[in-house]
Amino acid sequence: MTDSSKGAQTPDELRETARGLRADIIRMICEAGSGHPGGSLSCADIMSALYFGGVMQYDANDPESPARDRFILAKGHAAPALYATLAAAGFFPREELLTLRKLGSRLQGHPDSSLLPGVEVSTGSLGQGLSIACGLACGLRLEGSPATVFTLLGDGECEEGQVWEAAMFAAHQKLGNLVAIIDSNGLQIDGPVCDVCDPGDLGAKFAAFGWEVSHVDGHDMAALVDALNAAKASRGQAPKAVVARTVKGKGVSFMEGQCGWHGKAPSAEQAHDALEELGFAEGESL
Amino acid sequence: MIRLATAEEAAQKKATRAAYGEMLAQLLDEGMPIVAVDADLSGSTTTSKFAASSEAAAKRLFNVGIAEQNMIDVAAGLALAGNVAFTGSFAVFGTGRAYDQIRNTVCYSNLDVKIAPTHSGISVGPDGGSHQMLEDIALMRVLPRMKVLVPADYNSAKAAIRLAAKTPGPVYVRLGRASVPIVYAEGSQFELGRAYVLREGTDVTIVACGVEIREALAAADALAERGMSAEVIDAFCIKPLDVDTIAASAAKTGCVVTAEEHSVNGGLGEAVAHALAETRPVPVSMVGMRDAFGKSGEFEELLDYFSLGSAAIADAAAKVYAKANNC
Repeated sequence: MTDSSKGAQTPDELRETARGLRADIIRMICEAGSGHPGGSLSCADIMSALYFGGVMQYDANDPESPARDRFILAKGHAAPALYATLAAAGFFPREELLTLRKLGSRLQGHPDSSLLPGVEVSTGSLGQGLSIACGLACGLRLEGSPATVFTLLGDGECEEGQVWEAAMFAAHQKLGNLVAIIDSNGLQIDGPVCDVCDPGDLGAKFAAFGWEVSHVDGHDMAALVDALNAAKASRGQAPKAVVARTVKGKGVSFMEGQCGWHGKAPSAEQAHDALEELGFAEGESL
Repeated sequence: MIRLATAEEAAQKKATRAAYGEMLAQLLDEGMPIVAVDADLSGSTTTSKFAASSEAAAKRLFNVGIAEQNMIDVAAGLALAGNVAFTGSFAVFGTGRAYDQIRNTVCYSNLDVKIAPTHSGISVGPDGGSHQMLEDIALMRVLPRMKVLVPADYNSAKAAIRLAAKTPGPVYVRLGRASVPIVYAEGSQFELGRAYVLREGTDVTIVACGVEIREALAAADALAERGMSAEVIDAFCIKPLDVDTIAASAAKTGCVVTAEEHSVNGGLGEAVAHALAETRPVPVSMVGMRDAFGKSGEFEELLDYFSLGSAAIADAAAKVYAKANNC
């Protein structure tokens, strides 16, 4: 039932889709004049794999379809990545992306589920998404649903204690229908995650809590699709963590690996350069 | 429809928390998709009774352990899956420890999560100030989309839990630990946004909630002996507040006393004063905790110690009446 009715994209097609998502992320944040490009760009490939690689089942024309897989963006500041993905999947018109963060827009600075179809729950306060995903997984299991709950966390977000309350709970409840993806881009606002307050080996930590853990290069499309499909298919009694090594700002060289691009909009000139590097022609717009 | 308990019924004592697990079981039996999430206090909150009520209920109680933040967001996820999710714990942890979760997930997403913790107020008794939650009404009533219910006794607590389940979106139900006298007859049904005039009077209005209802009724008796006629209103629903009923009473009597087992900062008193300031300004005197934490002690001792009993309410009524009438 997916707009996967259009079929799963090949890795090459997924890379092309991700390139478009990155361009939309740059365009909308530039137009908004504020926002979070670094962590949006780092997860663009993950979003492409989830929504277009045949991993998640959904129907953009029926966003509340009971059998759909669920996605919760725990790292809510990566809203531009989610919005670009939902628009590309057909949940709302792509032109609307340029209303990001403007008064009256459905595209709030952080996702607001009361406004926008395809957003399962409002997020933005870090550390809560995994708990919500746990509750949703419990609820789906109660009703015998075959759906899987996916959630995307930041590695910095794993400094929130609540993440580990949820990790304990998910293992105890044997939530085999839950997949947590860690966008491990290594940076947070104040610097490298390992310098600010190092959470250590996140894969080892989730494993110690009783999760099945896999590691993947978060920019290797074929490997991503394989890892996500495997995590979804395994079901069983353990929740799954997919630790995806990523580069913050990926795809725009002057943003890559720079903490300063966590929450800053590019100027028009910088956006132009970024789009050019992503392979989009001068003046090409939404 | 409400009906006051007979003297015989009122002689029984029961805690408001005793209504919780029982009522959740009843609502599930009636076909509502009830789930309960608890944080290692299922005996105290009585969700253990819910779980023991049927096999179906046992599967619908989720114990997160000592992790109140997770409790609220797990409930949020269960609500996303179509359930009416009740959360428990003690009021101090169930609201304060998880405030951001209640604000940013439950209220902002407008989810069917009910915050119904027990052990609110000084009636917790010997556990002391750390466990006597006196700011929960304030914390909950400032949140957009949150409704706030404060039942006075076991029977109104049952009605409050039913009302919370049937009301879409977030609802706070304030429950207590102590056994308190029955005020309302069994089967009394309460409505959202309604306050209830329990006794008519002409000289002063006493607006109270929770365990202060019985104190307010006792104060009205004491005032009657002194020749003062007090109207007593149960502000069962603090948000949305029944401004019409309260303003009409203030218009009649010309002065108001509020009484709550809660801080006067941000609680019932301020809600009533705000409403009257915008509709029918009259002198208001507030009985409640004065910017203070509680203390260990027995409930009845603490009522006296913190001037929350019927004598304090009667004194406040006499004073505010004198102020309003320039005597």
